[in-house]
Amino acid sequence: MDILMEALPALGDAWGLILQPVVIGYLVLGVVMGLCIGVFPGLGGIAGLSLLLPFMFGMDPILGLALMVGMVAVVPTSDTFASVLMGIPGSSASQATVLDGFPMAKRGQAARALSAAFASSLFGGLVGASFLTIFILVARPIVLEFRTPELLMITIFGLSMVGILAGRVAIKGIVAAGLGMLVGTIGEGASSGDLRMSSYDFPYLTDGLKLVIVGLGIFAIPEIISLLRKDRAISAEPQLGGGWLDGVKDWFANIWLSVRCSIIGVVVGVIPGLGGSVVDWIAYGHSVQTTKDKSNFGSGEVRGVIGPESSNNAKEGGGLVPTLLFGIPGSGSMAIFIGAIALLGSGQIEVGPAMLKNNLDITYSIVWLLALANVVGTVICIAASGGIAKLTTIRFALLAPFLFMIISFAAFQSGQNLMDLVALLLIGFLGIMMRRFDWSRPAFLIGFVLSNPAETYANQALQIASSRFRKGFGEGLEYIFTPIVIVLLIITVVSVVVGLRQAKNILAEGDVKSGSKRAPFVFLLVITGYIAYAFYDAASIPSFSRDRTFPMFVSGVCLVGCAILFVRMRLKPETDTIFADRELSGDDSEATHGLWPTLAWFAALLLLTSLMGFILALAVFLFAFMKLRAGVSTVFAAVYTVAGIAFMCGMAGLLNRDFPPGLLQEYVDLPWPLT
Amino acid sequence: MSTLKTTRRVALGLVAAAATSLSAPVYAGGHGIDLAGKTVEWIIPFSETGGSAKWANFYAPLLSEALPGQPTVVVKFMPGAGSTKGANFFQEQTYEDGTTIFGSSGSTQFPFLLGDPRVKYNYADWNVVLASGTGGVAYLPPDLAAKMDGLNAAPLQGEDFIYGNQGATRLDLVPTLAWEMLGLNVESVMGIKGRGDGRLMFERGEANIDYQTSSSYLSGVTPLVEAGTAVPMMTWGALDDDGNIVRDPTFPDIPTFKEVCEATDGCETSGEKWDAWKAFFIAGFPAQKMVFLPNGASNDAIATYTEAFEAVKARADFAEISEKRLGKYPQMTGAAAQTALESGTSVSPAAKDFVVNWLQEKYGVSLN
Repeated sequence: MDILMEALPALGDAWGLILQPVVIGYLVLGVVMGLCIGVFPGLGGIAGLSLLLPFMFGMDPILGLALMVGMVAVVPTSDTFASVLMGIPGSSASQATVLDGFPMAKRGQAARALSAAFASSLFGGLVGASFLTIFILVARPIVLEFRTPELLMITIFGLSMVGILAGRVAIKGIVAAGLGMLVGTIGEGASSGDLRMSSYDFPYLTDGLKLVIVGLGIFAIPEIISLLRKDRAISAEPQLGGGWLDGVKDWFANIWLSVRCSIIGVVVGVIPGLGGSVVDWIAYGHSVQTTKDKSNFGSGEVRGVIGPESSNNAKEGGGLVPTLLFGIPGSGSMAIFIGAIALLGSGQIEVGPAMLKNNLDITYSIVWLLALANVVGTVICIAASGGIAKLTTIRFALLAPFLFMIISFAAFQSGQNLMDLVALLLIGFLGIMMRRFDWSRPAFLIGFVLSNPAETYANQALQIASSRFRKGFGEGLEYIFTPIVIVLLIITVVSVVVGLRQAKNILAEGDVKSGSKRAPFVFLLVITGYIAYAFYDAASIPSFSRDRTFPMFVSGVCLVGCAILFVRMRLKPETDTIFADRELSGDDSEATHGLWPTLAWFAALLLLTSLMGFILALAVFLFAFMKLRAGVSTVFAAVYTVAGIAFMCGMAGLLNRDFPPGLLQEYVDLPWPLT
Repeated sequence: MSTLKTTRRVALGLVAAAATSLSAPVYAGGHGIDLAGKTVEWIIPFSETGGSAKWANFYAPLLSEALPGQPTVVVKFMPGAGSTKGANFFQEQTYEDGTTIFGSSGSTQFPFLLGDPRVKYNYADWNVVLASGTGGVAYLPPDLAAKMDGLNAAPLQGEDFIYGNQGATRLDLVPTLAWEMLGLNVESVMGIKGRGDGRLMFERGEANIDYQTSSSYLSGVTPLVEAGTAVPMMTWGALDDDGNIVRDPTFPDIPTFKEVCEATDGCETSGEKWDAWKAFFIAGFPAQKMVFLPNGASNDAIATYTEAFEAVKARADFAEISEKRLGKYPQMTGAAAQTALESGTSVSPAAKDFVVNWLQEKYGVSLN
């Protein structure tokens, strides 16, 4: 009761602060800016907030907060556009949305998918804020209950979603997830800094691959290449079916799913250290498990959109708890947020343990500004979704160069190194091959995303537990087997068993026919080769280092999986699902253009960039592509090129970003943006 | 990276205009440079979460006001490889018009001092314009702190300590070496990504010893101390003008490690171990964060930035706002910054050898 007596006036004060016209104005301004930046994949809240930072010093705290919160809040909403319309996971918050959202767009239901997603986002945001209003008062002790074993267990629970997304051959899905984890371990180990699959002579890999690059490579590139080969629009239907109202109705029909996923989002978001990386997968898994007819998942089931989208905005609210109460940011944008709060006013707001005591009104203002920004952002997005959905009816050859431009730019921002583009192309090629041979790409991405937390928490939990066990057996057990861990363990086991049983029905990648033996066999051979080398590489790390254990364990399990696959390939006829190959039948085999010429366009952009820098290369690429591949008139191609370059420069200039330089720039000093 | 890389922000959206601004005058008058209309890029080789980010975010707007022409100062984060990535990048920059500056930290200095194979940078090439000191505070849970016998830490020698460590060769080597000298049995749990994670581990009861740099201690641990869940153990101290370790001016009531060491059996404040600890403490804390202009910077530019930082220090409200955000530490410019740079980037060969061997024995880290 004491708490409530304290909270209610603060809540009133917070609303008093928020409901001023000028505050609302700043909030809307932030939302619009956030939307403009967030629709481009790979550029999320971090880019936007960095843009605002210089203006924050000395600003009235509530106005500055309104501006920043407006911007942060809409990123998980606006990146839905890229996920649904182009199959590009805009940020880690919308990875799972791609799985069903994009197939819906392909069926001409983009507007329906978008508005269902936005309605879910809005609702999730509001549920999250309401939950937080109470929860934030009692959150501290609860959050502190989540120690390393609990964090490890949640990570494992997230990984168990691989079971659902593994595809028709479960072992292939498990190997795919393992491969993702191994790719995630590339670089310096977190424990003693030993190198895995990299060397200081080639510094690019020592920092590991970034999520932006792996996400774009594994999902976006294969889809773009595949659509480009068919030379038609994204939507297979010339008439767009399902307006935005249908999407809202879909959401309302599944409102309880939305409620449950919002709660999942806010609860997982509250736990520091995991942030958004697992939330949408857990929500997706939950949506699948609670749906009776699972046959549509992966090919455009609206529940597969509603689940993850309800959770990801709620998660932003939950993420405020570690950020504000502990001063530990749950994501990159939250980190900048903390930095910016310190600049506001004369710096009297200091996030951390004292936040609730000294600034409860500000805390509530942030929570509800976030919810309000969700409302404003969603209304704008729903209003725009019908129009933007028309993009899916445009001939794809006209969109593709633009997309290549955007994703190259986004990939380059992650490491500001030309190697970013090379890595994007290589991962993209892996993605294309995985798609072709029906290896689960979602499983790979889950593995990649959770590789780092899985390794770190496993090592730490083991080390702390062994110290406790040395003190006493009981103390060790007490540390590991807390009630939270046991509950999570049971949920995980159930979800794996149920998931694997159902996985055969969920064709996340659509139905793929089987064909000859040779190509799938060669691909498996290459994968096995990489895994075996990764095992050897990890084994050569000195044995006292903890950095070798995790990659060795994962590659060991994968090698067993590969061996089983080889045996099965030996025994089964070539019509078995294990030999799935997209090039033999279905869409890809009938495509107008071959895989290699299409991929060569992208490779050419990369090669030209390495020679003469991004902008010059882009000019050549855009013009040549339009003229030669799309077959448009010279004037049209020229206008397209100029517009593309102007757009790129405008955006980079505004966000204060550089472009990749090439060989030419080594010798000649050129004015920006040609540098 | 050409001349115009830096003038480009003049144009912002107006890309076409960028080419025409090629010949923008770099020098205005004979002394100092004019940065009107430009954007100063301040490279921080860490992520947005750490102490360096706090420090740079504190100074950036003040610097912007104090520099001639009031340029926009943006902090550009370039994390990677424990700050060696950003520092290597800065080493490759040549001076153009004074719009690129770099903020280094103790974690940039240590790999340099220890001869880490990744280090391709050399502090001698750079031009220091500001050096900020800081301190550090170690703290304990109340039950363990109660076991200390005044300043004598000997009763803690039988306990098992767990510490969330960012990396054996990072700034964390100062606390871990100090605890070892006190005879404490501290097991390092590696793989945490910032000291904030270490504090969280302490709050969760998994770690039972921790340290924070002063600014993080003020914001993150002071509330815990007030709530009775943490008790300060000791500070690393501060240096007086003669190079002696004295009480930290921000925490005058907390004893220094030197005092605790003197009161604890088996801990010596002389000899090679102590010398090595002190050398790395000096490199890591009293001159922890520095601002540099790149190789080849003109004297005009150095003078301009030095004056700007002096102007920031001379602000009427500086003491008040900096104390809250950075703690009470010297913010050195000019000759004082130069001296700080020298003490922060050189340790005796004996101290280096000792620490290199110690890291090898304790963590199996090979730096050769």
